Amino acid sequence: MVVSQPSFRQARWEEPIIFELGAPGRRGYLPPRPEPKVVEAVGPIEDLLPKEVLREEPPRLPELSEPEVVRHFVRLSQMNYCPDLGLYPLGSCTMKYNPKVCDIVASMDQVRWAHPYQDERTVQGLLAILYELKRWLAEITGTYEVSLLPAAGAHGEFLGCLIMRAYHKHRGELARRREVIVPDSAHGTNPASAAMAGFKVITIPSDPDGCVDLEALKAAVSDRTAGLMLTNPNTLGIFESRIKEIAEVVHDAGGLLYYDGANLNAILGWSRPGDMGFDIVHVNIHKTFGTPHGGGGPGSGPIGVSEELEPFLPVPRIEYDGKRYYLDWDKPLAVAKVRSFLGNVAVLVRAYAYILALGPSGLREIAEVSVLNSNYLFRKLSGLKGVAVPQDPDRPRKHEFVISLKPLERSTGVRALNVAKRLLDHGYHAPTIYFPPIVDEAFMVEPTESFGIEDLDGFAGAMESVLREAFEEPGRVLEAPYNTAVRRVDEARASHPRTMALSWRMLRRRGGP
Amino acid sequence: MGGAHPYIPNSAEGSKKALMEFLGISSVEELYSDLPPDLRLGRPLKVPGPLPEQEILRAIREKLSGVRTALDMPVFLGAGCWPHHVPAAVDFVVSRTEFYTSYTPYQPEVSQGMLQALWEYQSMICELTGMEVANCSMYDWASALGEAARMAARITRRDRILVPRTIHPERLEVLRAYAEPAGLRVEQVPYDRETGQMDLEALKTMMGPDVAAVYVENPSYLGFIETQVRAIGEVAHDGGALYIVGVDPISLGLLEAPGRYGADIVVGEGQPLGNHMNFGGPLLGILACRAERRFIWQMPGRIIGLTLDSEGRKAFCMALQAREQHIRREKASSNICTNEALCAVAAAVYLALLGPRGLRELCETIIYRSHYAMKRLDELPGIKAPLFKAPHFKEFVVNYDGAGLTAEEVHEGLLKAGVHGGKPLTGEFPELGQSALYCVTELHRKEDIDRLVEALGALIRR
Repeated sequence: MVVSQPSFRQARWEEPIIFELGAPGRRGYLPPRPEPKVVEAVGPIEDLLPKEVLREEPPRLPELSEPEVVRHFVRLSQMNYCPDLGLYPLGSCTMKYNPKVCDIVASMDQVRWAHPYQDERTVQGLLAILYELKRWLAEITGTYEVSLLPAAGAHGEFLGCLIMRAYHKHRGELARRREVIVPDSAHGTNPASAAMAGFKVITIPSDPDGCVDLEALKAAVSDRTAGLMLTNPNTLGIFESRIKEIAEVVHDAGGLLYYDGANLNAILGWSRPGDMGFDIVHVNIHKTFGTPHGGGGPGSGPIGVSEELEPFLPVPRIEYDGKRYYLDWDKPLAVAKVRSFLGNVAVLVRAYAYILALGPSGLREIAEVSVLNSNYLFRKLSGLKGVAVPQDPDRPRKHEFVISLKPLERSTGVRALNVAKRLLDHGYHAPTIYFPPIVDEAFMVEPTESFGIEDLDGFAGAMESVLREAFEEPGRVLEAPYNTAVRRVDEARASHPRTMALSWRMLRRRGGP
Repeated sequence: MGGAHPYIPNSAEGSKKALMEFLGISSVEELYSDLPPDLRLGRPLKVPGPLPEQEILRAIREKLSGVRTALDMPVFLGAGCWPHHVPAAVDFVVSRTEFYTSYTPYQPEVSQGMLQALWEYQSMICELTGMEVANCSMYDWASALGEAARMAARITRRDRILVPRTIHPERLEVLRAYAEPAGLRVEQVPYDRETGQMDLEALKTMMGPDVAAVYVENPSYLGFIETQVRAIGEVAHDGGALYIVGVDPISLGLLEAPGRYGADIVVGEGQPLGNHMNFGGPLLGILACRAERRFIWQMPGRIIGLTLDSEGRKAFCMALQAREQHIRREKASSNICTNEALCAVAAAVYLALLGPRGLRELCETIIYRSHYAMKRLDELPGIKAPLFKAPHFKEFVVNYDGAGLTAEEVHEGLLKAGVHGGKPLTGEFPELGQSALYCVTELHRKEDIDRLVEALGALIRR
């Protein structure tokens, strides 16, 4: 195979900053004016508000007509890669297809226009959907009760850690139980969430397979242990087969087991975190349940807990008494809320539709095909020159896998970052790189179930081409990307005190980029 | 289900077989061989489906058919989630699949669209609030406040946070959830019962060398405008504390920018900027601050920066990532990862459409209508609106004491008359008697307000 020159070209609009567009006096929206009788009744606005509370000068917002605004943002959108364009194999992010029927549900008037403080009798249907969804999530995760409140996975982790606190406090042990154990292969949010909830983070090393080192765990637990945070399959895409032993070690020490749901896709319908012994489980709705990532959010991160921890879930709870759905505020042990209202409802109703579309058979099919796709690509990529497989190559991977580009780097100087950039030229999003931190030049690939063999072959072909190019013409790869809206972005400059420009104001003050 | 699932290309039998042949396996089971037998579910999940698309829509439409919203009756609820018109162009832009299905822009070269849109959002928030830096979103106002309090504590190395007694109770609860694990104490400053304004003398006596931040809401949860914002900021700064101001960004079309009266950190709820209410979520937490090094490096969340590409073109990327969880892990400034980016894009489109003039006119309409509602309600016998002698924006407290009605009775009576009244305050603020918090925006026409007044009048006469 010769090095193929990629044909992909991303739009390159060189679109001005919106503040540079438009002209004074233009506008893109006409607010309604008050009725003359209203104005007549209340008198001039100058008399309604004292001058000292008013702005001295209007905000310096852009002035544009509607077509200009729309063109600007459509041009921007064309400079943004997305999973509806092609493979987006960001490991641990589960960039699967977002079914369009779910968007229709989220845009229904009864969803969009409902106010969270409306009388329960006027929003029964919405409460019913949320109630059923939380029951389904409890069933899928093998937990006893679910809170839909958190806005994201990390938000669920934070709430979960607050529940850990409340549980130990209730047992009079919080003063002593200050430590949360996290494997060195964990997502960064795990230690960050535990620390935010006031715990000291104890990091334990992984075994050569990237799994929890049971001896290291046994050495780390004590009567200071509040809990262990774990994802299973782990961030190497390997199932922690000894999870029951792990749970036993933690439980015997009086700690709780927290499940990071980022990797739930692999085991949907096959196995449940609750059955593995996890006490608190979060679910990334925007990963596993097909809701769009929104360029960074909104997501949704419900948590499920065991029966023993149910009293600590925040209020209000969405309940059903056989006739009507209602909010139950009467839970004296409930922890404080971590955000306003009930949760990211527009995201949750999408998940409701998604589960209906898949059903038990489809959910299991998701897991199977995501694992098949992942192992297929794993096999294809691990044989390529420049690639190493740091963990047991014969052990099946789950929904994602990690390879190392260390051999490539050693012989060519081309790093995982460069390969990632060159893949962009081929019309693919790059995998997650340099994560998990325990693998050198890590390349973490999660194809998801949403792509067919041809897509996987296309990606493998692009990868082969890039690696070959790295050996033959490393300079070409080091300078990548070429075909994207901009060339290689200088990220250091964006954070340097002298060149930092975090807003139009800062930029203006500095006199340009 | 027989056959392939429409969302899963390789669920087609032939495709699956090809994958398995390549892997040299005869069953998917072999890929789950490391799953211990006792951890296998061994039965289908008890969830409904699979349903074809039209059945999904039918089932959900049926469920929602009884739901009544502001489209079916006048609803006078606000309290942190407000009804405003969402221009069609906003919904159009955020429906672009390139924006809504993409992930956090980790690869800036293929994500310039999202990055520039978010940078423009940050910039517009700075123009509105008078600050110099904004992050590209928090979950909501409440969690933004929680993060701001922790940020202030890290900057000042102090541990007390003073907040108004009139703070939204739900926001206070969230603030406590964020603050207490960090060892911060949250204390409430009393208010003047006549005017709602923060008790400045009480604030002064509560100040001390351990106060990290003083927080005010403007407009306040109870709708009045805090007129002593400058003085409160001075008290905070004199005591070496930071000054955090919480805002409804719509109001900043007309009200003074917090940056002009001393705010160090501004938080707020960006939902009214082009985002639907959605039964309370997603929301859009605003967090902005001064461009000082000690502030910027303590900020939570994603921040987009302007930079250059290797050919000298303007380009955007995530800046200051060394603060964040994926790099710093337990030492990160926050654990936030997924945020509310798309809501921030909606806000940017919204503000671009309205511009300074549109936003000002919108504020004027809101003020005319809310004041019309207050005036008409106040004319009813025994009704006091607004309860506080202070300027107001779009929300206000209505007190029913003089009419001998409880907030609950009024709520029931109005609902029967096809009007959803304000949020009863009896539980949250017993000292305000039988009261409720009402919200009037540009969506409430004169006839909607008249209908409320008539319905309440009828209740009083009964």
